[in-house]
Amino acid sequence: MDNARKEWGLNAILALVLFAVPLWAWLANEPFIITLATRVAILAIAAVGLNIALGLGGMVSFGHALYLGLGGYVAGIAAHHAFNGTPVLGLAGTNQMLPIWAIAMLVSGAVAGVVGALSLRTSGIFFIMITLAFAQMGFFFALSWPAYGGEDGLPIFMRNQFPGMNTSRPWDLFVIAYGVLMVALLLFALLRGARFGAALMAIRQNPDRAAAVGISPFGIKLTAFVLSGMLTGLAGAMMADLTRFVSPAMMAWTMSGELIVIIILGGVGRLFGPVAGAAILVGFEVFFGGLTEHWKLWLGLVLLAVVLFARGGLIGLIAGRARHG
Amino acid sequence: MTLALMLEQLLNGVQFGLMLFLMSAGLTLVFGVMGLINLAHGSLYMIGAFLCAAVAGATGNFWLGLMAGIAAAAAAGALIEVVVIRRLYDRDHLDQVLATFALILILSEGVRMVFGPFPLYLNVPDMFRGTVNLGIVDYSLYRLALIGFGLAVAVGLWALIAKTRLGIRIRAGESDREMIAALGVNIRALYTVVFALGAALAGLAGALVGAIQSVQVGMGEPVLILAFVVIVIGGIGSIKGAMVGALLVGVIDTMGRFLLPRLFALFLDTSQAMGVGAALASMLIYLLMALILIFRPKGLFPANG
Amino acid sequence: MDDVVLELRGMCRSFGALKATDDVSLTLRHGEVHALIGPNGAGKSTLMGLISGRTTPDAGSVWLAGQDITGLSVAQRARLGLARSFQVSSLIPEYSALRNVMLALQAGEGHSYRFLRPVVFDRTLQRVGRDILDRVGLAARASVDAAFLSHGERRLLEIAVALAMKPQCFLLDEPMAGLGVEGTARLITFLQGLKQQAPILLVEHDMDAVFRLADRISVLVYGRIIASGTVAEIRANPLVRAAYLGEESTQ
Repeated sequence: MDNARKEWGLNAILALVLFAVPLWAWLANEPFIITLATRVAILAIAAVGLNIALGLGGMVSFGHALYLGLGGYVAGIAAHHAFNGTPVLGLAGTNQMLPIWAIAMLVSGAVAGVVGALSLRTSGIFFIMITLAFAQMGFFFALSWPAYGGEDGLPIFMRNQFPGMNTSRPWDLFVIAYGVLMVALLLFALLRGARFGAALMAIRQNPDRAAAVGISPFGIKLTAFVLSGMLTGLAGAMMADLTRFVSPAMMAWTMSGELIVIIILGGVGRLFGPVAGAAILVGFEVFFGGLTEHWKLWLGLVLLAVVLFARGGLIGLIAGRARHG
Repeated sequence: MTLALMLEQLLNGVQFGLMLFLMSAGLTLVFGVMGLINLAHGSLYMIGAFLCAAVAGATGNFWLGLMAGIAAAAAAGALIEVVVIRRLYDRDHLDQVLATFALILILSEGVRMVFGPFPLYLNVPDMFRGTVNLGIVDYSLYRLALIGFGLAVAVGLWALIAKTRLGIRIRAGESDREMIAALGVNIRALYTVVFALGAALAGLAGALVGAIQSVQVGMGEPVLILAFVVIVIGGIGSIKGAMVGALLVGVIDTMGRFLLPRLFALFLDTSQAMGVGAALASMLIYLLMALILIFRPKGLFPANG
Repeated sequence: MDDVVLELRGMCRSFGALKATDDVSLTLRHGEVHALIGPNGAGKSTLMGLISGRTTPDAGSVWLAGQDITGLSVAQRARLGLARSFQVSSLIPEYSALRNVMLALQAGEGHSYRFLRPVVFDRTLQRVGRDILDRVGLAARASVDAAFLSHGERRLLEIAVALAMKPQCFLLDEPMAGLGVEGTARLITFLQGLKQQAPILLVEHDMDAVFRLADRISVLVYGRIIASGTVAEIRANPLVRAAYLGEESTQ
């Protein structure tokens, strides 16, 4: 009970700080900091997506960059065609975020459905490797397909639009990303507490028992995998709009690794784990990146220490062991 | 398209496959014996290449460089086994992935700190310069030497595992960890030796390949991922599977890149055919891996039944 | 034959040269406890696997309440009311006792694809779950994680989970294992009442418990049923004494 209260307190602080820092930056006219906070929020959305598969379902996907990239390319391609006034697959391009998000989620969800249906036939290290293989397929396809920039990537000349907001202003874009993150966290919390979450977490802990009481693991896991891919795809579309650029690097295997790292740094399966993890990662990059060009060495050491000695991540360190019961 | 060109590409594929085998053999041994998935294997490859290039550059002797590369990779392997890897044997795959991912960051930055941000270049040893006439094609002597070298190491590795006491212990470790403990084998030492052996093979591959591509930070990871594809196709833990998988991946990848654009050119215009062909070719081995896993979820030669 | 709940017809399963299950047929009728006994390695685990659906048979069929369930998965069979307890306690370790029971209840209702409504607010699920825990005497331990329950409590929770599955029949795999004298006596009394709700196919090593509980006994040796009958008949059967009880006494 005490630990649960601590965790909620910590969650509230994280949510507050993530809003207060860019608010201060907005008032102090520091757009760079707002953009950093937006980056944290979007990375956190992507990691909340992965957390559904990895944290709740125990599916170690080493290929979630695929969905991030797919979402990014949906945004980039839609904007590209809207800018040129050319149709894509018989439809007009669009520069509206809302329809782009819907398509990004549909596309990444559909791909996650195929990848999941095939990958879930395997388990353990084979699952890790086959999800990596599918992401590599996407990466190399994006790299060598010339129509949308190939390895040069695809710029988004005009940031896509959101009703009632001026997305070219950093603060507006941050508010959008923060809002989506809060909705994503709410959905994650509801999912975890609902019957679906109960079934999914039970399968992670003891698939034989879950089947013996009448829950078919495959369907539940596949559904979770698809939801997970959709949310990460949404984050990809937003990330493309933040950087106004899409490239195969979004699908690189190091990106998949980074998403897992975010979850581990924050705390696996924790509601706000992705938020804490994304903040740590981006903060680390900015802070140590300013001090030394070899900041990745220090990131590696910290990550190693967390894996070897602090399994619960930041939230686990402060709020103790996770409880699902 | 000529037969000569085909033969050249085929040989390139075999050479590539054999270098992949050197990488994969260590990876698959470490997984088979210790149950560990080691992402940092590519960093050992990089260390081998860097040390070889640096020592060869300083002394002007390729062979000294090669020895230095192998020794450095083996030493680095033994060191990280004792300091880090040892703590991961009882952990789940997620922890192993993350900890060895952290090792990649550390080792890559470490190499960058020591050798600087610029690529090193390594010359082909004098005795293997130039080409050799194979009847219909003039083929790079060094690449041909790599094929010979790869085959020789493969045979040596087979002999080591099939004929020596160390090999018996390794095989025992793959099938039953309790048993080797019961036999009184010092497991800790055995694990360190196996890990260092795998590292030495990776360092050897890095050093050999360093002469035909630039030696730079990050060179290990593309090869690492291909090596994973190899061992997953071959069946994790199986040396024989690693050999078959490596040759499959090497030849299919090389031939795909060579043939697919030409195949599509038969019914598309040239620039389109190049694009489609190249895109498909780069996905080919991953497609192969996915297909094999779908029909044989444990790979072609599952090591433990 | 109307009162047959579970029926095996000519089940066979080999592993290589080993015939783990060799032409086994048996029935489980309303209101009875049918005990399955046999020495170690007789093929009891394989047979339980065949019934629950973990293992696919080489030949033969399984019928539940007149329906052929041979082709169904473990989960599908469970949803039809085939309630199984495990030989080694196999619960969801990070779930409380109550949530373990609630999981079985939700699966029995067939509604695991509800994404938004918190289970905590599902009054019906909570109440029925607590009632079941109360029946097995675990009400006071409802909020304790399964991982922290004692061995005996976990065995009881296994039974509670089986109860939550709207069972047509129970498949209990060594429910007495490690329970001690007092716990075993309590469980026997409980199971005697339970069989009125749904019949029990019982695999058990504790012979005293089997003789006190069982209405019928089948003896499995080397994958075959060598004898089947009432307690008295089995006790008197010379084949059984030679093949099984004799062996048991030498252990």
